[in-house]
Amino acid sequence: MNKLKTKGNNPGHDEEKNTTVNRRLFLRSAGLATSMGTIILSACNDDDPDPMIPGTGDTVDLGSGDIGVLNYAYALEQLEAAFYTQVIATPYAGMTDAEKTILTDIRDHEIIHRDFFKTALGSKAIKGLTPNFSTIDFTKRDAVLGAAKLFEDTGVAAYNGAGRLIKDTGYLLLAGKIVSVEARHAAVIRDLINPKSADFAGDDVVNADGFDKAVPPADILAAVKAYVKDSVTGANVGK
Amino acid sequence: MDIFKIIDEFQKIDGDAAGRLEHASRRFFMNRVSRKLAAAAVPVAFATIVNKAYAQSAKAIDVLNYALTLEYLEDEFYKAGNAAANLIPASDKAIFTQIGKHETAHVAFLVKALGAKAIAKPSFDFTYKGNFGTVFTDYKTFVTVSSALEDTGVRAYKGQAGELIADPQILEYALQVHSVEARHAAVARRLAATVTGNAAMKGWITLNQGAVAPIYAGEQNTTQGGVDIKGLASKSDAAVTEAFDEPLTMEQVLAIAGPFIKA
Repeated sequence: MNKLKTKGNNPGHDEEKNTTVNRRLFLRSAGLATSMGTIILSACNDDDPDPMIPGTGDTVDLGSGDIGVLNYAYALEQLEAAFYTQVIATPYAGMTDAEKTILTDIRDHEIIHRDFFKTALGSKAIKGLTPNFSTIDFTKRDAVLGAAKLFEDTGVAAYNGAGRLIKDTGYLLLAGKIVSVEARHAAVIRDLINPKSADFAGDDVVNADGFDKAVPPADILAAVKAYVKDSVTGANVGK
Repeated sequence: MDIFKIIDEFQKIDGDAAGRLEHASRRFFMNRVSRKLAAAAVPVAFATIVNKAYAQSAKAIDVLNYALTLEYLEDEFYKAGNAAANLIPASDKAIFTQIGKHETAHVAFLVKALGAKAIAKPSFDFTYKGNFGTVFTDYKTFVTVSSALEDTGVRAYKGQAGELIADPQILEYALQVHSVEARHAAVARRLAATVTGNAAMKGWITLNQGAVAPIYAGEQNTTQGGVDIKGLASKSDAAVTEAFDEPLTMEQVLAIAGPFIKA
């Protein structure tokens, strides 16, 4: 995730920067189109006080304090779980048995993480988000593993960056128990992409001090925006 | 105002002030000092750095020295392994070169961060009192010890996170190192699975399975955050335990690492 703002890590490649810019531009116009659609719809439908177009998403506020951090983690785990569920439901061409075992394991871990947060948060949990994976070609190995790498590296950076916002040591430990599993996923996915290379902990994610990335929630939410139909806001996470 | 004279004075009291100064705020200094910003800004900058250096609580210093002990151990281990002739096959060199690079960086970072408070490097016995006699001659042994050290490292850092909650910046550093150790552990475990022909060994830890029992003690835990999650989402115990890594206390880690340390 080179495009994320980090402390002292390598800057992104220009090509990736361009992709980011294009995506942002695209998102801006897509967002504009959606809100205009909503306005038109609400103008036409005076009887409905809360007009909602199915599948276009809602605004979801993660909340504040430690609950906000847990909901933030829950949101990311929802995305990961949905992604791998799709990966296993529609395997890419040429998926080997070994790859299928790994991706099924990861799917199960992410579902467990997701359901754990949902259970732990109870009535304070945010709703189920609607993912948007329309930009991912699930039939192609490169596309799927590339997206998996992005999700896992983002997950690691997100948990690392959120740790300092947590006030309860019990929650901090929980985050720690999960982030190392996400890091294991990231390393294995990277090893599938470039076997037996330095990529599992490549210089693009681990800086010269030997540190993985730590990225604050606002930057992570901006980076995953393209993959969620709902608009997720986390302005008070950890506050 | 001569900033360098002040640093010299300060150095007399605190032996590693310059080192920490450089580390804590190289960028800050580059921006402010080398650009010859107004002299008035300099005392402010200096005060920030001194406060930063002394913001470490006694607890944080203990934790950092504990981490440093483990990083010294890992660094020495990979230095010896990477230097040994006919040990690591050419196909796997890139992996262990990268791991070694990170462990060297972790040592350098911690030594700098601790300054005068950094403990000295112990001398190590990688045969583990003769139990791993072939550690630098037999690849199978080397990879097994590597995966054991990395998994211990992950559990050790995790066990200390709560102790750093009052030092958010140090906590974040620790987390950033912790996840790198987990990346190392995952690939070392996959290599170990291949060379030992143990297909059940994966990048993640299933139940409490592992080559060295004390390193995996408690990994089979299925209670998280006070919630029994056995059977969560209809998943197996194996999957539930793989989804969470468990901490080790400092005492548990020192008991595991102790036989590696000669003096």
